[in-house]
Amino acid sequence: MASHSTPSRAARVLPWALLLALASFPLIAPGFGLGYYVGFVRHALIVMIAATSLNFILGYGGMAALGQAGFIGVGAYTVVALVDAGFTSAWGAWAAAVAVAAAVAAAIGAVSLRTRGVYFLMITLAFSQMLHHLAVSLRIWGGDDGYGLHAPLELGIGLGGAQGRGLYWAVLGIAALLFAFLNRLAVSRFGYALRGIRDNETRMAALGYPVYRIKLAAFVGAGAMAGLAGALLACHHKFVSPSLMHWTESATLLVIVVIGGLGRRWGAPLGAALWLTLTEILKLHTDYWHWPLGLLLILIVFLAPEGMAALFEGRRRSA
Amino acid sequence: MDVIFVVEQLLNGLGQGLMLFLLAAGLTLVFGIMDTMNLAHGSLYMAGAYIAARAHQVGGNFVGAVLLAMAATALVAFIVELLVVRRLYRRDHLAQVIATFGLILIADDAVKAIWGPSPILAPTPAALAGPVQLLVELPYPAYRLVLLGVGLLVAVGLYLLVNHTRVGMLVRAGASNRAMAEFMGVRVDRVFSFVFALGAALAALAGALMGPISAVQIGMGEAILIPALVVIVIGGIGSVRGAFVAALLVGLVDTAGRAFLPPVLRAVLPPALAADLGPALAGIAVYALMAAVLIFKPAGLFPARA
Repeated sequence: MASHSTPSRAARVLPWALLLALASFPLIAPGFGLGYYVGFVRHALIVMIAATSLNFILGYGGMAALGQAGFIGVGAYTVVALVDAGFTSAWGAWAAAVAVAAAVAAAIGAVSLRTRGVYFLMITLAFSQMLHHLAVSLRIWGGDDGYGLHAPLELGIGLGGAQGRGLYWAVLGIAALLFAFLNRLAVSRFGYALRGIRDNETRMAALGYPVYRIKLAAFVGAGAMAGLAGALLACHHKFVSPSLMHWTESATLLVIVVIGGLGRRWGAPLGAALWLTLTEILKLHTDYWHWPLGLLLILIVFLAPEGMAALFEGRRRSA
Repeated sequence: MDVIFVVEQLLNGLGQGLMLFLLAAGLTLVFGIMDTMNLAHGSLYMAGAYIAARAHQVGGNFVGAVLLAMAATALVAFIVELLVVRRLYRRDHLAQVIATFGLILIADDAVKAIWGPSPILAPTPAALAGPVQLLVELPYPAYRLVLLGVGLLVAVGLYLLVNHTRVGMLVRAGASNRAMAEFMGVRVDRVFSFVFALGAALAALAGALMGPISAVQIGMGEAILIPALVVIVIGGIGSVRGAFVAALLVGLVDTAGRAFLPPVLRAVLPPALAADLGPALAGIAVYALMAAVLIFKPAGLFPARA
């Protein structure tokens, strides 16, 4: 059982310091000639949102889903559909993406959650492959070639268009709020019930918990969150293509969560930061940037099976 | 849509199904016996395709090139099993997925370093380049016939090996209850090393044979891996017979979807909608099949474990 010792002062101040540093980064970075990295950090924050959604169902709920990229694609294509129809509000498009992704996740989850383990992994993969094929053949939105979002959506509230710094702060705000919300949720009644199901489903059912409904609620929430990440990604890249939904994208998210630390508060952010930074550095220096990452994965599986967050949080059992 | 077209498409589907079976047989045994999820199986397929294509170009002998590809890939797999996969048996599926995904990344870069980033040409053997007159009005590429023949031959061979030899008995014992087999004195880890290398050789065979009729390129392993996983899940993990039935089913459904759905849709829907919907439904057919099977038979058609 996790012991909830009072966090030290450093642990309480650190998240706020990090938030402040990230918020001021776009103002400071250009002065040091690091303007390029504002976009990089923005991308990392979006990936973190997607990874956090997976960490929630996999780490806390024990549901190994290999289809999270499908929901990212649903969110991104919702934005494409709205832009194509002449819609201009960023917040409205993002909210719509959340709603559509949640609906799709509810349908997929209702079927998939009847299976377990590897079969669950495979059936979520199958559904995301179906979504991928659907996107490839939808020629009104570019099909395999993708769809360019040429004019940015409007953010309003003094931030202007959904691009540059405005989009950066919007993404940072959303990421921080979701992160805080999920950390609260993890120690709520719902969060404890979800962890109980992960550890012993039969016992939770015997105690009278609606196991299936709790798992489905978590799955839908994670799908909606991934959809939001997809919508933000669409605005970030100003381009959407079916490759967003390729199964290797889902696998990469799994990798990020596992190297960060499954079911750990800082797992997803650490994993995303580590993975994307390494990818960026390796790409800069060599065309052969895959194999060091592959080697790293194998080493992590053998040497640090509980992920990076475990190294920082000490060796307590994962929460 | 006439009878000739239908027969031709069915033959194509059968060929595709048999090639999928070659891949799925190794995957399902590895999964069934050691409960190990090996995502890197597709990389062995890629290795087989590359080695065979280059050896055929250099040496000019197709059969020799295919055999060389099988032997070389089995050797690589044997080493990988010793170094990495063997340490994963006792870990959970997630750890296996992550580590073998790492192997994929390494394999892709290794192929890029050895043979370059662009696709390479896999020539069709000259003797098999022409068509064969199957029926009066049905010419069929000779190479695809050879594919069918080899696929069936391997399937029969594998059936005999698994069901009528001592090694096969040990394999089946390991697949149905590993712990019990170990108590009975079976060296399951040795059986597994053998099965892993055999599976690799079959994957390489599939890659070598598919090379001339598909693109030999980086990423081909990742593309074929998903259909192969679909096959073993439909068939029931660990069951070779299930993998055979499911592979043919998947091959036929996939080919039939691509060949017959678009004309049918064009007949009943407006052309623009049919043009969009046809390929989508054809691509989805296989996954819909798997989802349907899992809903009604959550452990596949032929569960290996009672």
